[in-house]
Amino acid sequence: MKTAHKDLLRLATVGSVDDGKSTLIGRLLVDTRQLFDDQLDAVAAASEKRGVGDLDLSFVTDGLRAEREQGITIDVAYRYATTPSRKFIIADCPGHEQYTRNMATGASTADLALVVLDVAHGLKEQSRRHLCIAALLGVRTIVVAVNKMDEVDWSESAYLGVVNEIEILAKELGFESVTSIPVSALLGDNVVEHSENTPWYTGPTVLHALETSEAGSWTTTHEGARLPIQWVLRQPGGGRTYAGMLNGSSLHVGDRIRLLPANIETTITAINSGSGPTDTATAGLSIDIALKADTDAGRGDMLATLPLPTITKDFEATICWFGDAPLHVGQRLRLKHTTKVTPVRVNAIGGVVDIATLSVNETAFLSTNEIGIATLHTADSLVVDDYRDNRVTGSFVLIDEVTNATVAAGMVGRAAFL
Amino acid sequence: MTTNTPQAPHMTDHLDLLESHAIFILREVVAECERPVLLFSGGKDSAVLLHLAAKAFAPQQLPFPVMHIDTGQNFPEVLEFRDRAAERINARLIVAKVQDTIDQNKVADPGPMGSRNRLQTITLLDAITDNSFDAAFGGARRDEDKARAKERILSFRDHFGQWDPRKQRPELWQLYQGKVNPGEHLRAFPLSDWTELDIWQYIEREEMDLPSIYFAHERDVVLRDNMWLAVGPFVEPRKTETVERLTVRFRTVGDANCTGAVISVAVTLSEIIDEVSVANVSERGATRADDRFSETAMEDRKREGYF
Repeated sequence: MKTAHKDLLRLATVGSVDDGKSTLIGRLLVDTRQLFDDQLDAVAAASEKRGVGDLDLSFVTDGLRAEREQGITIDVAYRYATTPSRKFIIADCPGHEQYTRNMATGASTADLALVVLDVAHGLKEQSRRHLCIAALLGVRTIVVAVNKMDEVDWSESAYLGVVNEIEILAKELGFESVTSIPVSALLGDNVVEHSENTPWYTGPTVLHALETSEAGSWTTTHEGARLPIQWVLRQPGGGRTYAGMLNGSSLHVGDRIRLLPANIETTITAINSGSGPTDTATAGLSIDIALKADTDAGRGDMLATLPLPTITKDFEATICWFGDAPLHVGQRLRLKHTTKVTPVRVNAIGGVVDIATLSVNETAFLSTNEIGIATLHTADSLVVDDYRDNRVTGSFVLIDEVTNATVAAGMVGRAAFL
Repeated sequence: MTTNTPQAPHMTDHLDLLESHAIFILREVVAECERPVLLFSGGKDSAVLLHLAAKAFAPQQLPFPVMHIDTGQNFPEVLEFRDRAAERINARLIVAKVQDTIDQNKVADPGPMGSRNRLQTITLLDAITDNSFDAAFGGARRDEDKARAKERILSFRDHFGQWDPRKQRPELWQLYQGKVNPGEHLRAFPLSDWTELDIWQYIEREEMDLPSIYFAHERDVVLRDNMWLAVGPFVEPRKTETVERLTVRFRTVGDANCTGAVISVAVTLSEIIDEVSVANVSERGATRADDRFSETAMEDRKREGYF
């Protein structure tokens, strides 16, 4: 089972605390035989020690002492799985509101969200918050596991009630693909194998849905290439190449390219990748390129092809605020966007999102874990795309100037549903 | 990742993406931190890390030194490899010795046969402080252990070198931010998303050099705590133990007295990959006594400042 040339799907679990996210991931990994014998033995031993039955599947990902003591997930666990068709990177995220920042960490790189809902409770406020964040972060595909079907006697009407709720919200949030599945993570029904308890359900299992879902919410709708410069490499003989990770469309030797924000047009004369010189580079590759013009380019600048990004110091953004103290107008922070770090000031707060109604209401500040709209002013010019066009050049983080803590996730522009 | 690029000559596969991501992290940390260092044990993961670091800054030299925390209980083949690998790319090698920490009476001497596994944390933290390093690259992977599965790619350490799993910085998208205040530092793990199989496939693809003990060879071993330990200066057979000469190889490389060998006839990378693909036991479970102390042995050591 040599696994080269498989595609890679990154998924994050989404949903409220105690709805069974970690148990579902544990079940998926155990039933697809991703765990080694000693890892399974260790989970069984820990379960026995803590008096939680023969095999508490949540312990597969809840590996910290405090998590096992309290039976909750505190931070994201990353797990890796391979099936004959695909490689998976699974981010099992915490459900507590207190740990929303960690959920956002896991979801920010996800192609797909695996939403877990307790069939008896449907969409809780925290489930809505997570779905809203996943949508803002650009996840377009969701697989919804309606869980704990065993506790409602495999009731089709209970299942359909939750499916109805999720489909209404998913439409509002603009998800493009929604697959709902009745499951029992605890017992394994419809996770890897079809269940005999749900003869009325003919759709895919969770595993099948994950194996066949379209990978790549990271796909940019933008056609331009973007190369934020990370580092300048000096070549023997005095030349320079500009290193960074490419996103957007491909680059070829001979392409015309523009250095921003200086706005100088030049030509690519050479491209090097990890495997050596190449004529073409595709998105996701770390490359370095040589330019025809002798330019003063450095870290924080961007090389781009048409259509060009926007050069700005003032822009509207959607903010997920994680700071302990509220974010207020006039506040000074540091902003990191691609490879550029610059001081930033909050010029206005345009509103806070009401998770229940998705309406944007007036506010003077954003509290911990709130989502809002803010107008920012940066000291240096940024080269940005709208987040919905490009997840790399449209995203930024805000950093506390004193503690260096990351206190916000920011997205340039405003999602259609806000 | 646009979909309309059918003329791409080389299909990007998952190894290309893992390599690119690791190179990206290496460059970000070097750009954002003042004094990084790369922790190099001579094991396969740190060998891959060093290989990637050389690529990230080629044709220039590594913009940081390479540091080995030497417990004094190494396999000689690994030390030879360490020196050879550092010399090949002309890297500056710092060796911080646990023996020096013992000689300075900072920790009790566990004796010639005793484990120095936890002592090396002190040596590591002292070396970071003495050299004013603000970032240390490590070859740890998230698939190795349940505590590592929880750790950020850029992992913050306080003045005491401690990891607090409840207070990790959010790490959004690929916006790695590495600023720390004086006295604090970062651990950076560019191989976080690599699996054991990825490591071996990459070593094969890149035709990398490795210590010879990773390949099957004949050796005197004793069975202790369900592990085959190599008989040598740090492992003396006990009265109840029988020395056997077996064909073995090592799946991980740590101290000679806490790293077990596995029975194997795999002498090529492709044979090792076949073996790893069908393994029933994890690499640390099969071969590392240091992870067997308790349910949360790795988390506890990480909190103290371990690798």
